[in-house]
Amino acid sequence: MKKMLQDLREVAVHAILGAADPQALEALRIQYLGKKGDLTKLLKMMGKLDPSERPAMGQLANQVRAEVENALAQRKDELSAMLLERRLTSEAVDVTIPGKPTQIGHEHPMYVVLDEIKDIFIGMGFEILEGPEVELSEYNFTKLNTDEGHPAREWSDTFYLTEDSSILLRTQTSPMQIRAMEEKELPIRMLAPGRVYRKDEVDATHSPMFHQIEGMVIDKGVTMADLKGTLDAVMKKLYGEDTVTRFRPHHFPFTEPSCEMDVQCHKCGGKGCPTCKGEGWIEILGAGMVHPKVLEGCGIDTNVYSGWAFGMGLERLAMRRFKISDLRLIFENDVRFLEQF
Amino acid sequence: MLLSRKWLNSFVNCSAVGDREFAEAMTLSGSKVETFEDLHEKMKNVVAGRILKMVRHENSDHMWVCEVDVGKDKPIQIVTGAQNQKEGDLIPTALDGSLLPDGKEIHAGELRGVLSEGMFCSVKELGLTLHDYPYAIEDGLWILQEEGVKPGDDMADVIGMDDHVVEFEITPNRPDCLSVIGLAREASATLNLPLNLHKPEVKGCEDDIHNHVSIRIDDAELCPRYTARMVRNVKIAPSPAWMRERLRNSGVRPINNIVDITNYVMLEYGQPMHAFDFSCIGGSQIIVRRAKADETLETLDGNARELNENMLAICDETKPVALAGVMGGANSEIVGDTAMVVFESANFNGPSVRRTAAALGMRTEASGRFEKGLDPMGTVEAVDRACELVELLGCGEVLQGTIDVVPCEIQQKTVLLEPEKINRLLGTNVSADEMRRILLSLGFELDGDVIKVPSWRGDVEHYSDIAEEVARFFGYNAIPNTLMRGETTTGGYTDRQKAERKIGALARTLGFDEIITYSFISPSYYDKIRMPKDSALRKSLKILNPLGEDTSIMRTTVLPSMLEILTRNFNYRNASVKLYELGKVYFPREDGMADEPKVLCLGAYGEDMDFFAIKGVVEEILKGLRVEDVSFRAESDNPSYHPGRCAAVYAGEECLGVVGQLHPLTAANYGVDAELYTAELWLDAMLANRGATPVYQALPRFPAVTRDISVTCESTIPVAMLQACIRKAGGELLRECSLFDVYTGAPIPEGQKSVSFSLKMRADDQTLTDEHAEEIVNAVLEALKNAYHAVMR
Repeated sequence: MKKMLQDLREVAVHAILGAADPQALEALRIQYLGKKGDLTKLLKMMGKLDPSERPAMGQLANQVRAEVENALAQRKDELSAMLLERRLTSEAVDVTIPGKPTQIGHEHPMYVVLDEIKDIFIGMGFEILEGPEVELSEYNFTKLNTDEGHPAREWSDTFYLTEDSSILLRTQTSPMQIRAMEEKELPIRMLAPGRVYRKDEVDATHSPMFHQIEGMVIDKGVTMADLKGTLDAVMKKLYGEDTVTRFRPHHFPFTEPSCEMDVQCHKCGGKGCPTCKGEGWIEILGAGMVHPKVLEGCGIDTNVYSGWAFGMGLERLAMRRFKISDLRLIFENDVRFLEQF
Repeated sequence: MLLSRKWLNSFVNCSAVGDREFAEAMTLSGSKVETFEDLHEKMKNVVAGRILKMVRHENSDHMWVCEVDVGKDKPIQIVTGAQNQKEGDLIPTALDGSLLPDGKEIHAGELRGVLSEGMFCSVKELGLTLHDYPYAIEDGLWILQEEGVKPGDDMADVIGMDDHVVEFEITPNRPDCLSVIGLAREASATLNLPLNLHKPEVKGCEDDIHNHVSIRIDDAELCPRYTARMVRNVKIAPSPAWMRERLRNSGVRPINNIVDITNYVMLEYGQPMHAFDFSCIGGSQIIVRRAKADETLETLDGNARELNENMLAICDETKPVALAGVMGGANSEIVGDTAMVVFESANFNGPSVRRTAAALGMRTEASGRFEKGLDPMGTVEAVDRACELVELLGCGEVLQGTIDVVPCEIQQKTVLLEPEKINRLLGTNVSADEMRRILLSLGFELDGDVIKVPSWRGDVEHYSDIAEEVARFFGYNAIPNTLMRGETTTGGYTDRQKAERKIGALARTLGFDEIITYSFISPSYYDKIRMPKDSALRKSLKILNPLGEDTSIMRTTVLPSMLEILTRNFNYRNASVKLYELGKVYFPREDGMADEPKVLCLGAYGEDMDFFAIKGVVEEILKGLRVEDVSFRAESDNPSYHPGRCAAVYAGEECLGVVGQLHPLTAANYGVDAELYTAELWLDAMLANRGATPVYQALPRFPAVTRDISVTCESTIPVAMLQACIRKAGGELLRECSLFDVYTGAPIPEGQKSVSFSLKMRADDQTLTDEHAEEIVNAVLEALKNAYHAVMR
């Protein structure tokens, strides 16, 4: 009897641990532990034993049952782990297959740059102004100290809408200086980006419509040092903290003193290379102290208030930022171009 | 402006300053240098060579083999095919390893088996023309006749290429810097080197100009000053080499001594001069007057010009002989037999000269200078300099006397020196003494605190101009960098600007790329989008001087701009395209200006695009903006759009715009045979219909019950009406009613359609029972049946 139990244990445990799948395992459970199973059959033989042997055999039988049950549980766990493994293997994907396309749109590269610039100035307490593109000559020229007779006023350079040259398509965003001074409370810190128009034929660097960004500060005791410090700070935010700027004298009718600001060429560090056309510096914008005549023309007391202003071309900025070689691409709006940014 | 540094050195000796250093310093003090060039770098190893012996080439019937002394121990051998040389001639010789101005390198080599250790050169090969060396010939070697030149001399030195040329970009307010003296003054102040100006001296002869001519100015506004001197017994000849070199290095072609003198003085002083043949002047009076409408003048370039009353002319008693400040007349041109020359050195009104030049399409060197406004005090010294050069070159006898007509007194401009005010403007602390020093170095005079502005500085009239002069030489980059101080401003984006940014972000999230299009279009584009002839939108602002028809009016609709871009992408075979622009349109106002509202324009085509796709995008954008009470109403009479696939978009009763498929005929006008979809939505209307900030609604605590229904009805009944009916009948427990299918075709009878909705019902205070849900569905079906004869399938 004892041997039979021991044999049963050995055979059963061996078979159980070798079961290939849950069905086989269940069959083994029934074979050994079922109501008509081998162990049950053996237990039914217990009655024929000598009573003195029964306790020991009973104990052994329980032990065998427990071990078979353990083996069953162990094999069950093993089998489910194997199954999971197999499932996971079969579910594996080629992770290099491209993801499902969820196409989002792209901001126009010029407005990408414009938004950056706006955000920088917003952080400095500026507000963004918009104004008319169909503008009075009065605002586009006269009040900007650009009198009758100035070449910029010629019909060969400016688009006019009236025979008497009184209404035109603004040639610059600078009339926004006048509009701000006339309409706003002082102090003023404003940025006015927008479309401007000049009578230039379309080519790789010219377009009859393009964009400028005007900026102006009017306050008590504003100095040229403020102009320099602020624009220098803006350039550091735009191009990185190691950006070097320089200011050169220049001429604009509505600022005095006037200047142009260059940024040292990032590529060559000022030595001169093809990117900066050998100059070492790249011209970024024109600026200056608002001309006292312009301030006075807007009713601002120049003994108390002064101001500075700047204007820069957005196209050139964007072209430089993204290394766009031809201005025409900007207005062509080919999606293969737009979706690069 | 091209500046010869050799010429500059005659006024400010800055030969010790290298080109780069010079360019940098001048740029930073306001005279921007564009380029600089060492001319010598362009021509190397070309020397004068003397032919010692010349024999025929053994293998050629036209070439010569020459033994040439090039100043070295041994002669070299040159083979040439030229024929105009002989033994003893001195000829420019490019040695082995030489460089010519056109970039060509010359190396020793064999010509038909005979060694040639270089090449003889013509005038042209040295980058010159016969204007530079009139005695040379065009198609042969240059047989040198220059004095003092010996074998081995560097030809670059001989022809004046031992010079450095600097190109300046001079701002229009500084015409005085379009001259060697003007730049010398700037260089002197910039480099702190002495300025050596020269006062012209004229000996003169016994005759006097007043014996021959008088001058009358009829229009003082257009001619504030007219100065003239006269030269007799003129001998027209080439000018000397040094003058030709300076002209050439300044970009001016030498012609003859008299013409060269006028150009030389113009370059040196910035004062344009005109020389004319006095024998061609009828009568003894020169009259400066406006031209008459019927007058014509053949100008020096050989063109007949029709004049008018807006043009100032230099005339004799009967006819114009020159266009003031623009160009001389052919009738008084300096030619070989000219004996008596009048030198005109005048001051003309800038805008007038510019308009005359522009009207005749003949902008000249002189007009380009006059138009910027020149120094009225500079005329006398310039004409004296011309006469001095006449005597120096020995090309005539200068008459005594100068005629100098100044119709109105020329005012001396003064500005007060206010050091504190200047420092306050600049944010600097420059001493008054330093300011004075700077001003004096630029030719300003000081009388106490009164600054006398030099006559050539027409641009200076205000303390801020003085501030600029101080800043320029104190150094713009020496001014400290300070950040703004003062009252804090709030700044920031306005609500409207934020909404615009949001619209852009929404459109991009929905897969649309941003475009930027021109604001001007062609009037014919209205036809292309099939806009009715009598549409009010055809009333556009017209550009009176457009670049072309295509950009001649300001758009009143963004549709043509969008269609142009869609078409372009379609033609580039870009498969699926979605675009948006938030652009302005321009409506003419009574006062001649424009209302410039903004429109959001969407445009798309491609496989995934149909009416409901573009409508879905519109719905999402409006939802994103929280526009309330949105509805779509069929619009069949918009001629740009497909009559059955177009909807007007409403918020409440306000129309926001339109969405739909373009009419196939519109697409055809653009040559596109695909379905194009667009939407045009008014920004203002969208923003005006935004709801308030959302208020939190408690999340449902009880589950919802969903029932689907399908009904059959007449196919003309819009889904929106069925939905409205369902919502009404369903009452407040019906939370959602969403369409999930519309079907026509068998087994649905002809003229009918099957429409399926999903109804979601929920109560806030209990779980809805099936019975209760049934009641609601039955009420809905009953209502549909009664209202639209729509019956359950």
